[in-house]
Amino acid sequence: MKELVIVSGKGGTGKTSISAALAFIALHKILVDCDVDAANLHLISGAVLNESHEFTAGFEPHIDKSRCTACGKCTDLCRFGAITNGVLTSPFNCEGCGVCSFNCPAQAIQMQNKKAGQWFISDTRLGRLVHAELGLSVENSGKLVNKVRQEAKKIAAAEQISLIITDGPPGIGCPAIAALSGADLALAVVEPSITGIHDLTRLVDLVSHFNLPLTVCINKSNLHPENTRNLIAWCQQNAIAVAGQLPYSDIFRHAVQDGKTVMEMPSNEDVKQPLIELWINLLNRLAIIDQSKKETK
Amino acid sequence: MQISIASGKGGTGKTTLALLLAAAHSNITVVDCDVEEPNCHLFLQPEYDEPEQEISTTIPHINLSLCNGCGDCSAVCLFNAIAVGGKTALLFDELCHSCGGCLLACKQQAISEQKKAIGTLSIGKSARHPGIRLVSGKLKIGTPSAVPLIKKMKQELAKHTGDLLLDCPPGTSCSMVAAVKGSDYCVLVTEPTPFGRHDLELAMNITRLLQIPTGVVINKSDGGEGDKNIEAFCRNRQIPLLAKIPHSLSFAKQYAAGIISDKFKETAHMILQKIKAKERH
Repeated sequence: MKELVIVSGKGGTGKTSISAALAFIALHKILVDCDVDAANLHLISGAVLNESHEFTAGFEPHIDKSRCTACGKCTDLCRFGAITNGVLTSPFNCEGCGVCSFNCPAQAIQMQNKKAGQWFISDTRLGRLVHAELGLSVENSGKLVNKVRQEAKKIAAAEQISLIITDGPPGIGCPAIAALSGADLALAVVEPSITGIHDLTRLVDLVSHFNLPLTVCINKSNLHPENTRNLIAWCQQNAIAVAGQLPYSDIFRHAVQDGKTVMEMPSNEDVKQPLIELWINLLNRLAIIDQSKKETK
Repeated sequence: MQISIASGKGGTGKTTLALLLAAAHSNITVVDCDVEEPNCHLFLQPEYDEPEQEISTTIPHINLSLCNGCGDCSAVCLFNAIAVGGKTALLFDELCHSCGGCLLACKQQAISEQKKAIGTLSIGKSARHPGIRLVSGKLKIGTPSAVPLIKKMKQELAKHTGDLLLDCPPGTSCSMVAAVKGSDYCVLVTEPTPFGRHDLELAMNITRLLQIPTGVVINKSDGGEGDKNIEAFCRNRQIPLLAKIPHSLSFAKQYAAGIISDKFKETAHMILQKIKAKERH
């Protein structure tokens, strides 16, 4: 089983549109949406919800008013300014550390499991999709990312599906770390803007932590040809393969508006061929990785 | 006045709008809270006042000669950051939330605290746009949570006078909340697509919970069905639509080159006036 994770270091570069287009081309695969903060893949894949599960992670204090003597010890000890005399005054600040509970002289505070979101399995036009919705302002997005990836792997193993395509979260923090660890290949979608180049360098630093092969797709490559050349040169210098280049095209916007992948849109010739080439390069890359793994065994 | 620019999602134009608003203002500090991928400095080209300031948080330091391996610290750590193996405690510092619970629990007084670097802060004045100051945070690679860094940045901001414009991280999780919290006004940037509409709703739920006055800007507007959906959604939620910034390839090209375009300066002035009018109410 292989897992391809599509990342970008930054939102809005086209991860989801490219993930969906590749999912349309690929034959047997499971899809995972790891952008648990703001999942979108279900919106263009025509997802029909099949299973819904609650996700709990971390803890939150429950205060027994009848026991609380308002002594103020919890207020003094809470480093996050979340609690005042036995009242959770700023729940947004609470980290769920339990210092208030463990140190309450009246034993008025119990830590309980916190509802942190939901995860789903849906049937889509493009295949089975595992996705999630993190509760508002909740931490533990990394844990929820791990959860959806694990569930996808279970389905893939049970149904003997050899490929998982994962639409990654933006950024380089906890959810991105969770999405990349243990994957087989990362595809970074990059724009030829000065910010795109800057974000790629940060992403490369992160990926190198995982010893994970990385390949690059330059999206909107004709938006700034000079930056595109600089990006390619930078990738060459750093021994990073550029697996594809896509032109700027309004078809991406229109496809999202129509709830389709760009592969399903009429007059998509300018993007269709580059996407197929990108896919072939990725398949080759995944096969090479497979080969080298066998050789090292 | 503290104005935050958020979106629920990356790539909708938070940084673009923050910089447009800043350029339309005569005296303002831009705060780049997107510490995972800060970008404002690329456009503003600031001359930094002093070298990067290292920002750190505290983590426990376990004095192994005092530790008897009783496991009390591990028992109270709800983040599983301390494990006890053999007769000593072992710290996994990337899991630590710096709550201080282990210190309180240790009867041997074997735990003290030490600093751990989580990122840097740079402060300077834009060379290209003399009216704009920049406070920019950068998360250290491999640091899982941006929240402590954002919180420290906001403490730093208390020293600044005048209007602040916060370019917030994407999403609706803890980093976004940490950045938006305490703002006098929040501008949510969206795109006229189902993605934009979906993520706008999530972000609106946050600003409503935080009780922050909120307005919406549609970026990459094309006057089509997507625009109408967002407009109807804003009406239903009784949240003002402050402006629409038309979809423009020339604008995107200037952005790619690292230039704040003058193209929508009037729109930026209008947005600022609407926000300021709201403040006077």
